[in-house]
Amino acid sequence: MVDVTSASVPPVLAPPVLAVEGLHKSFGSNEVLKGIDLKVAAGERIAILGSSGSGKSTLLRCINFMETPSAGRIALDGTSIGVEGRGGAITARSGELRRLRTRVGMIFQQFNLFPHMTVLENVMEGPVTVKGMNRKEARATAQDYLKRVGLSDKAEQYPQRLSGGQQQRVAIARALAMEPEILLFDEPTSSLDPELVGEVLDVILGLSKEGRTMLLVTHELGFAYHFATRVLFLHEGRIHEQGTPDEVLKNPREERTQAFLRRFSAFHF
Amino acid sequence: MNYTFQFGEILANSDLLLRGLKLTILLFAIAFSGALVCGLFIGLARGSALRVPNLIATAYIEIFRNTPVLVQLIWFYYALPALSGWQPSAFTAAALGLFLNTSAYCAEIWRAGLQSLPAGQWEAGRAIGMSEWQLLRRVAVPQAFSRMVPAFTNRGVELAKMTSIASTITVQELMYEAKMLSTQTFLPLETFTIVAVIYFVLIYPGTLAAYALERRLNSKGA
Amino acid sequence: MQYVWDFRPVWLNFGVLLEGLVNTLKLSGFSIGLGLAIGLVLAMGRLAPSRIVSIPATAIIEFYRNTPPLVHFFWYFYGLPILTGISLTPFAAAAAALSVQSGAFFAEVFRGGIISVDRGQWEAGRAIGMSHVQLMRRIILPQAFRRMIPPLMERSFELVKTTSLAATLTYGELVYKAMVLATQTYRPMEIYSTVAVMFFTVLFVASLGMRAVEHRLARRAAR
Ligand SMILES: Nc1ncnc2c1ncn2[C@@H]1O[C@H](COP(=O)(O)OP(=O)(O)O)[C@@H](O)[C@H]1O
Ligand SMILES: [Mg+2]
Repeated sequence: MVDVTSASVPPVLAPPVLAVEGLHKSFGSNEVLKGIDLKVAAGERIAILGSSGSGKSTLLRCINFMETPSAGRIALDGTSIGVEGRGGAITARSGELRRLRTRVGMIFQQFNLFPHMTVLENVMEGPVTVKGMNRKEARATAQDYLKRVGLSDKAEQYPQRLSGGQQQRVAIARALAMEPEILLFDEPTSSLDPELVGEVLDVILGLSKEGRTMLLVTHELGFAYHFATRVLFLHEGRIHEQGTPDEVLKNPREERTQAFLRRFSAFHF
Repeated sequence: MNYTFQFGEILANSDLLLRGLKLTILLFAIAFSGALVCGLFIGLARGSALRVPNLIATAYIEIFRNTPVLVQLIWFYYALPALSGWQPSAFTAAALGLFLNTSAYCAEIWRAGLQSLPAGQWEAGRAIGMSEWQLLRRVAVPQAFSRMVPAFTNRGVELAKMTSIASTITVQELMYEAKMLSTQTFLPLETFTIVAVIYFVLIYPGTLAAYALERRLNSKGA
Repeated sequence: MQYVWDFRPVWLNFGVLLEGLVNTLKLSGFSIGLGLAIGLVLAMGRLAPSRIVSIPATAIIEFYRNTPPLVHFFWYFYGLPILTGISLTPFAAAAAALSVQSGAFFAEVFRGGIISVDRGQWEAGRAIGMSHVQLMRRIILPQAFRRMIPPLMERSFELVKTTSLAATLTYGELVYKAMVLATQTYRPMEIYSTVAVMFFTVLFVASLGMRAVEHRLARRAAR
């Protein structure tokens, strides 16, 4: 197995904003996550790589409890989410889950914008409905975030009228408007036409300059290299290798990582 | 066969029919508005993964869909006073029966409509911390409802026709007044022809609306 | 207040209710058969190329679909004899009203099935010189039929429920027998509850059967 405590992993000084311990997740008899341990310090940007079906999405979805972990512990700022119930599964009250989700934002591969709301309303929805912000303030906040993703001029449009890249940027603004401490990206550019990938990656890179804590699943290795402070390679539900982008992407130690990376021979840093 | 129609005499009694018509419309409005709302909750229970609510909702829906509405109305007419000690008027019993019956059908429409919503929509709402109720109110219902309108309109048409059955438990709606009028005037042919036309004029716009809505939805989906 | 159920009058008179159920099924079977025939004619009429045929057919379909069956029961029983001079028995009037009304609904099922057959099939038939009727009988209906079965069955269940309205014409089907028994025994709750259970059993079993048929059709279509 891999020595995950090796010096190549950035030392965690402050208490981790996110701690995942012994995380297991099974769907029926299919064990998808087989014990994940992960500590994320504030400001860390973690790129998660792995072949399809290795459990990348499931890991992200367990972190914000879109899937309930079968066993293990998830803690934000040292506080565990939920309590261990029967058989090791974690049970959390719906109120606690909602608070968790306001602190951990998620961006989906398919954007999942609300089609019956304008772009601005999409971004305002969380602050108004969930946080109870008054509409005027929420509108100003939403406009701010739309500006950040470069879509001020699309505020009154409906999502269907936007390109995929623009829709994904709105989805990022919608997540940002909740002012989350951690952002989870699940293959944010995988359903985009190649020429639209760049604009979304630029927005994400912009966020990384602000020192946000982010976990991102991607197949864009070149982007991962520039984006990440740490790269994880997931294989069959376990963290198979991790380290700095240079270590994992340029000099992988593990054979499986090497084999995985060879499939992307065409990427440039 | 050269029968001379005497529509004049029936039309002279149009105030009777009009009075009945008012009650028909009232019956319809109460039962339909109630069923639209109540159907949502039964539909939610029917689509829920929780065993007990699911079982109750399923039983409710199957019972109302697999028995004649006439039997339901008569049953409520007798059962309410027997079981609760409260003697409702025929109108109340009919309104209640029609409301409960239509709720069962509306529940199925709600369930199918809400289930047709892409899973990503629920997830997106959850991911920004919405409660299930907020999800329903802000995300699911506004999107799914427009797709369900044709089915609800069809249900409304069925309900409008069903209101006539209230006459059998002596609710003095349009059909009841028609029966009275036909015996008073000895002109059943004219009476029931006119009443059929009144119902048609009342109900057909609903059907046309459902057609139009369906066509619009289909062309939007394409 | 506690209602004391007493089902003895029901058991003592269960034969009467069973007789009513048999009559319900008789009326249903007869009306479904006649309704299907009427429906097929109406559907062909509505789809006919000639407007002289299609407009009246459409009018009949729309009129009967958008008016309460109870009105038709009364119209056929009390109204029609005045027009024709022939008075109908309660059974005949009920069967006529039910058949025509269900025919209107069946017609829409037939039509839906027919127009769902691929355009290319019509063109292929015409290309080898088939007449409209030949095309319908040899090419279109056989293909459309499978798709029509579930909605036709659904509609037939509706018809079975609607037969209960024949009670208002004093035809001795299940609900009428129940009405008579209820006034004789003063036990309406027990009697109507039993009647509800009887209808439920028949219709629920039938709809389970329909689901099985649907399942088999889907499997066969998948092959
Ligand atoms: N909701 C679910 N129900 C059942 N199996 C699931 C579910 N979600 C994911 N899986 C299974 O978990 C495995 C890992 O899926 P996922 O985490 O989506 O992989 P990745 O994102 O790495 O491609 C796959 O085998 C998938 O079929
Ligand atoms: Mg995935």
